[in-house]
Amino acid sequence: MAAGAALAVSGASRAFGGVYAVRDVSLTLAPGELRGLIGPNGAGKSTLFALIGGQLRADTGTVRLDGTRIDRLPADRRARLGVGVVFQAARVFPGMTVLENVMVGAHGTTGAGFVAAVLRLPAHHREERLIRDRARACLARTGLAGWADRPAEALPLGQQRALQLARALCGQPRLLLLDEPASGLRAAERERLSALLTELRAEGITMLLVEHDVAFVMRVADRVTVLDLGRVIAEGSPADVRADPVVIDAYLGAGSPA
Amino acid sequence: MSDLLGYLLTGLGIGAGFALVGSGMVVIHRVTRVVNLAQGAFAVLAAMLTSALLATGLPHGLAEGAGVLVAAGAGVLTGIVAIGRPGTEPGAALIITLGLGVLAYAVEVTVWGDQPRSYAGLPGAVTLGGARIQAHYLLVIAVTLPVFAALMAFFRGTDPGKALTACAENPYAARVVGIDVRRMGLLAFGLGGALGGLAGVLLTPVQQVTFDSDVTLIVNGFAAAVLGGLTRPGVALAGGLLLGVAQTLIAGYGGGAHQLEIALLVMLAVMVAQAVRAGSVREVAR
Repeated sequence: MAAGAALAVSGASRAFGGVYAVRDVSLTLAPGELRGLIGPNGAGKSTLFALIGGQLRADTGTVRLDGTRIDRLPADRRARLGVGVVFQAARVFPGMTVLENVMVGAHGTTGAGFVAAVLRLPAHHREERLIRDRARACLARTGLAGWADRPAEALPLGQQRALQLARALCGQPRLLLLDEPASGLRAAERERLSALLTELRAEGITMLLVEHDVAFVMRVADRVTVLDLGRVIAEGSPADVRADPVVIDAYLGAGSPA
Repeated sequence: MSDLLGYLLTGLGIGAGFALVGSGMVVIHRVTRVVNLAQGAFAVLAAMLTSALLATGLPHGLAEGAGVLVAAGAGVLTGIVAIGRPGTEPGAALIITLGLGVLAYAVEVTVWGDQPRSYAGLPGAVTLGGARIQAHYLLVIAVTLPVFAALMAFFRGTDPGKALTACAENPYAARVVGIDVRRMGLLAFGLGGALGGLAGVLLTPVQQVTFDSDVTLIVNGFAAAVLGGLTRPGVALAGGLLLGVAQTLIAGYGGGAHQLEIALLVMLAVMVAQAVRAGSVREVAR
């Protein structure tokens, strides 16, 4: 694998009941790259996503983050190493405000610890203030500034995904995994999302964008990887991938592109 | 009239103890989904240890503190055994806590014997509006209320508190933000142990403790906790106080020793009502 890769998946496979969802997939992301991951339904995109995020473990193969193997680590350890995840489904914490949701995102970066928190030591107060400011900044970036004190479950679905993004950003990730962040968004929201992704890339965050909306991916991604039936069938610049007959075939075979 | 006030305050004192036991169960259940049947054992353990420490001449305060600390440790140990193995079902963990509660009997009888134990609490009695009540009941209330306030502040205002709440709300998403859900479960067990221990050291001066006192505590604590669906510490507090008052009133006016049966009845009624409501919700959803 290339030295200095931000994310390197190597020979990863995962089967469910004898059927491979992901089969011998290798994937290398350069630091600061925005990689699109597309494929027809059932191509294995979500499984690969979960293998990197730690929601599933690979049967074989390795996953490395900046050279460190993370494939045997549970999801929370991966998060603390800098893997941020935005699920497609709304996975926020109801019963907490929007701001509190985002502040929890910084959990993996807090250092003052339990005792300091309980005793309300100055170190804890400083950290708490810092995190609150950071969380507010993340809410502003994702267009949720006006919702800070509302209960999280009151947000519309699209905004709940934006909340997940804000929560992930508050954890200051090195690698950000996004599962269909554009689905269900209106055109204006989609524009805002693509602008934000471009901004994050400029800040050096490596991103893997799993997306159904091929046009959206082609517009924002540096490079695109195409999965079909659990295998990588193409990889390259958006223009190359769009012109690849194998890709066109896969999409036409499974129905027209989205 | 003065009788009534006396019964009320005594009931609030006893009820505060139930509320502490119940809120410990709530804290543990919220985060781990485990109904901890060893919860009463934490109280007995703390009470027995405190009594033994006081007998060796350790001053009040220190002895009680040590009792609560050891109960917190027992809570963590219970958690390690009950949920330490990844993938343990909450139902299986419940049986483990039941087993640990029985094991605690053996330990307590071996170390401290099977005779009731007690120690002096806050001495004297206070006359309030014509009612004379033991000062210690007021101490129990005076300690419990700030503890609940601190518990609320902890859950809402601190990072570990929010992490515990996050685990309770959505463990899957909690992992994604770097929260070690199992460790948080152990923290919850530790907190539950401390709350149970506090109930034990507070109640022992007014209700002697034997190795099997945990049954009374757990039935009443669970009845208090179940009022809030095992998820809301605040409701557990209200439930505990209500139970305590109801029991002293009935004992005071009606006489007899049917307190435990009352708690069981309340618990059953609430659970049946909740099951009926949940059932109708399911039907509507269908």
